[in-house]
Amino acid sequence: MAASNPGSLPTYAERLAWLEATDTEPQAGRRGRGLAVRAWAAFWPKALAIVIVLAIWQLIHVSGWKKAIFPGPGATLANLWDQAHTGLLWHAIATTAGRAVIGFGLAVVIGAVIGALVSRIAPLRAAVGSLITGLQTMPSIAWFPFAIILFGITTTAILFVIVLGAAPSIANGLIAGVDYTPPLLLKAGQMMGLRRFSLYWHLILPASLPAFVAGMRQGWAFAWRSLMAGELLVIIANQPSLGVLLSTDQDQADMQSATAIIIVILILGIGVHTLFSQADRAIRRRWGLTETV
Amino acid sequence: MSPVTVTDRPASAVGGSVQLTTVTKVFGRGSSAVRALDQISLRVPQGEFTCLIGASGCGKSTLLSLVAGLEQPTSGAVSVSGRVALMFQEPALFPWLSAAGNVEVALRARGIGRAERRQRTAELIEAVHLGGFGGKRPHELSGGMRQRVALARALAQDADVLLMDEPFGALDAMTRDLLHDELDRVRAGRELTIVFVTHNVREAVRLGDRVVVLSSRPGRVVDEFAVPIERPRRIDSAPVAELAARITDRLREEMSGHGR
Repeated sequence: MAASNPGSLPTYAERLAWLEATDTEPQAGRRGRGLAVRAWAAFWPKALAIVIVLAIWQLIHVSGWKKAIFPGPGATLANLWDQAHTGLLWHAIATTAGRAVIGFGLAVVIGAVIGALVSRIAPLRAAVGSLITGLQTMPSIAWFPFAIILFGITTTAILFVIVLGAAPSIANGLIAGVDYTPPLLLKAGQMMGLRRFSLYWHLILPASLPAFVAGMRQGWAFAWRSLMAGELLVIIANQPSLGVLLSTDQDQADMQSATAIIIVILILGIGVHTLFSQADRAIRRRWGLTETV
Repeated sequence: MSPVTVTDRPASAVGGSVQLTTVTKVFGRGSSAVRALDQISLRVPQGEFTCLIGASGCGKSTLLSLVAGLEQPTSGAVSVSGRVALMFQEPALFPWLSAAGNVEVALRARGIGRAERRQRTAELIEAVHLGGFGGKRPHELSGGMRQRVALARALAQDADVLLMDEPFGALDAMTRDLLHDELDRVRAGRELTIVFVTHNVREAVRLGDRVVVLSSRPGRVVDEFAVPIERPRRIDSAPVAELAARITDRLREEMSGHGR
């Protein structure tokens, strides 16, 4: 038999090379597509959707429904254009964005700390686990009387409600991530000698990242809603914000401006949401969780 | 998450050996209790490559978990000298780390400094023939490559005892054949004690110094075979096939219940 004469057989290196050539999935096809092509593929459905919305809006306007007060897209966009040339709108956007960043940032920190503690300490989970989910279902506007009595008509009151709105989702995201850390990876980590803090740092936290990002995305939606409600209720003098502009429009029955501001709010909200979606997709790609087409 | 059972085995100064003394493992209680292992005694001396073979449900994986310290025996004693590493059928790599990162994290867990870690990682990646693939993520590698990363990670744990739970079970025949050679070579330069679980009789004969046959439900040691075949071996060589046939006959006997 040939076993005694290994010289005639392919060497280890040859077999390895052959297997690797046949075994590794080709991935060049996906990367090879040009950036411009991919950008266009992502862009045109969105552009089409916007055109359709504008067309329907224009049709309603032309039909004459509430003609006296309901502005058409042309007048509204012109109004938005004008406002974009005043400092007031940008000042308002800066104020609102600043509150969003600080409020959401606080919510991430607080949510992460609570999530980390609750996921690791069993009695704490029994005590506050369901409370966190309960807080998530609480409409944030209901907190405002409480917050205003506590902090007065201040930015702190708004931030307080943002944190209450967003932190539970973020905490729950982290808890879910920790819970669903694959047991096999935990075993592997244990065998490597990862313990307590190092197990958490090198294994459980990174494994929780996708669920944590999902929690942040949900938390952002809550934070943004809380912020808008807050800015309509807590109006601070000499501090223009998107909520203040909207509230002024309501007082002056300025429908064009009100609609323009709503568009700004919509764009900002969608923009940040897109950032989280991108982060989510980047993680999935890095981990190989997306099917390569 | 279930509480982590910390297994602080005193790592004795010399080498790896495994000793199980009348070990019984029962899962559950009362009427639903399952006796996975029944009065198993097994000794694996330092440097030996022992293969455990048996039909499914013979408690092979449970036995490895006991040796690894992931489970505690219901009765009997498990004593292991030296460090233990465990390889699974799945590579169980961390998907957020590169191939090299997965090896490095095991070195980090042992508290090895950065500079040495870099160097050891590169050596280990090279040792399993993955030079040039260190920067790839697990999902970019083939099944065989992933399992080689898992092997490098196990070696990074500087184990005296390497426990392998059907590590090549999910691979195709060609890749498995290659990894058998890989394991032979890796072992050649080291003083490694290996306990290798498989349900593939030929694989057991190809690799082991000794093949231990377990019965099913409950798992017991029913027989063992020394493998006096000279290395390097080939899985399709006549002596391997011959001994594998004898062991398969013994397994069949056991399954049909005449084995007692």
